[in-house]
Amino acid sequence: MGLDIRWPIGLMFTLIGALLAVYGLMTGSNAALYQSSLGININLIWGAVLLVFGVGMLFGAITGAKKPPGK
Amino acid sequence: MQVLLAPIDYAIMIAYVAFVVGIGLMLGRYMKSSSDFLTSARSIPTWVTGLAFISANLGALELVGMAASGAKYGIGTAHFYWVGAIPAMIFLAVFMMPFYYGSKARSVPEYLNMRFDQRVRGLNSVAFAVMTIFASGISMNALAKLLNQLLGWDYNVALWVCSGVVLVYVLKGGLTSAIYTEVLQFFMIVLGFAPVVYLGLKDVGGWHAMNSSLQQVAVNPAALALNDKPFAANAWTSAWQPLIGGPSSNPMGVDMFAMVFGLGFVLSFGYWCTNFLVVQRAMAAKNMAAARNTPLVASVPKMFFPFLVIVPGMIAVALTSIPSKNYRIPPPILSDAVYARAIDAVKNASPTDSAAAVKSVGDALGKKVYADKVTALVADNATSKLSDEEIHRRLYYSIAENDYDGVILSLVKKYCPPGLLGLALTALLASFMSGMAGNVTAFNTVWTYDIYQAYFAPNKSDAHYMWMGKVITVVGILLSILAAYFASMYNNAMDIIQLVFGFVNAPLFATFLLGMFWKRTTATGAFLGLFGGIGASALFHAITTVHTNVDAAGHVINGMKGGYLTVVSQFPSEMAQNFWLAAFAFTACFVLTLIISLATKRTKSDADLKGLVYSLTPKIKSDNLVWYQQPGVVGTILLICCIILNVIFW
Repeated sequence: MGLDIRWPIGLMFTLIGALLAVYGLMTGSNAALYQSSLGININLIWGAVLLVFGVGMLFGAITGAKKPPGK
Repeated sequence: MQVLLAPIDYAIMIAYVAFVVGIGLMLGRYMKSSSDFLTSARSIPTWVTGLAFISANLGALELVGMAASGAKYGIGTAHFYWVGAIPAMIFLAVFMMPFYYGSKARSVPEYLNMRFDQRVRGLNSVAFAVMTIFASGISMNALAKLLNQLLGWDYNVALWVCSGVVLVYVLKGGLTSAIYTEVLQFFMIVLGFAPVVYLGLKDVGGWHAMNSSLQQVAVNPAALALNDKPFAANAWTSAWQPLIGGPSSNPMGVDMFAMVFGLGFVLSFGYWCTNFLVVQRAMAAKNMAAARNTPLVASVPKMFFPFLVIVPGMIAVALTSIPSKNYRIPPPILSDAVYARAIDAVKNASPTDSAAAVKSVGDALGKKVYADKVTALVADNATSKLSDEEIHRRLYYSIAENDYDGVILSLVKKYCPPGLLGLALTALLASFMSGMAGNVTAFNTVWTYDIYQAYFAPNKSDAHYMWMGKVITVVGILLSILAAYFASMYNNAMDIIQLVFGFVNAPLFATFLLGMFWKRTTATGAFLGLFGGIGASALFHAITTVHTNVDAAGHVINGMKGGYLTVVSQFPSEMAQNFWLAAFAFTACFVLTLIISLATKRTKSDADLKGLVYSLTPKIKSDNLVWYQQPGVVGTILLICCIILNVIFW
């Protein structure tokens, strides 16, 4: 199919990861907010994980596009 | 039960919906023929079909149900993966995929038509079409109900809006859209739930601390209303050892034979090797090697899913057993009015007559209660008046019944701050919607090719079938919405329908097994054998039941649980009854098909059956592939990994 699925996956997780991470940075000082996650700023950490995953997918899509179709 | 979502949560949800709709619109440009739309024109890479294969099965109901079973039965639930899925997926890849893919059939019923005749195809396709509609309706009903309870959305609005989103992307991008969003959903679920599992495990003090809590629970599960009888300490933490002692020594109430033959062979091979919903994903692969590798790719994440979907249930039990964690497996949802009545009952109860107090509070709640907790509550309230909120809170902990289906959501609520909450809820939303999309895309293919083209309008142009595929997609979504309303109104009718489909599916694998591996199997044999198998399972259900379903006088309480004709045999649990029913139906279908085939003449010659039957099909040469792409080699390695997992959790 003409659309490499790594583009939408990569873009979506980059966006959501960035949203979460920025929100985590902004709310980092709010200890009450992170009581439920055992005092861990899970938004910042997990946002960063999603961001890395998303960028990795985008990287795959870019390098994949340069190769001829197939594997 | 309601939660308030922050703007960040909505932002994540909207981002996801925008992306799935966007994918549909992008793919719409490539939909030129009916095969593009209905079968993805066999063009998708292996890792994508592999993840979609597993994702089509990982609906939200699976997520909710596996966490529930994890709480009820512990690590033994993993049998549904390590026994009930991996071996069948490897078998599909190595032995069956060559026939499905090589025969150029566009659907599983079409394969049946090539191998047998129109009758077998008709029976299978009609049953499958009806089943997919109900399955997608059940999924959408659950989603709309969840959005209603959790976010306070109107049931109707939630149902129509979510169905509308699914319609847009399936109608535009067809099967490819469904497969792509399933892959997206796969990553959403893994990445959305992993942090919840991590936080939960950390909170109970890690894996070993969780296990030692569970070992204390296992010897007295009645304290948490998990089970009314005690087990050995490892009943929740070992997968196989509790099975050895027979049905009474494990919380599932299942014996070794039922587990290995009933679940591990009949049910599991019947589902993974013949259900078009999952097989369709492999058929969309770009070549034979990719098609065969699809279930193998899928089996890698499948093997490790128990840690994502079952462990939350075990965490919930461990948390409940530690009072300082302020958590319990949620009780059945009760309205505020019921709690208000119960609060009054607590206030009016006499602390000196604890039996009467327990009874009046239990009656007000309409549920079983822990006598000690109610007695203490009444006594404390008599010594110094408690606030209504405090009484409400303690009543919540006094209900001696569990709503296991609420486990996963209660953990999400407990551990997710705004932000992560949006991610986890979006993952859940995603899996409900892709459950509908998966069923609708399987439905429209079977309808268009196996019912419409086969019976109503053969020899039309491809443009006509493409048009029909799109029309039936809309119709399929509308029927699913109807089924959702039906499910929300007639719970019992829905149970009957699922029961009936259990009967239809149980014997199916016998037909495929004989058809694929024995050239002498005739169409009449297959058709009558299948009917006989369905009849056998209905009969089996009519004369057996679960022992709790028989009252002291020996009468059956609920005919839905079997035994409505007479009771020949009683099983310790519904799960055991199901597994034995499957084993019985399979055997009946197998024997009948065998005998009738021998008694009837073959209508198809060896030449007709080339590519459809094992002994008449040239072996696929895969020497040109590197070893890690050869299905036989990879399958063996995966099987060994699966056995190792079983040994570790022995």
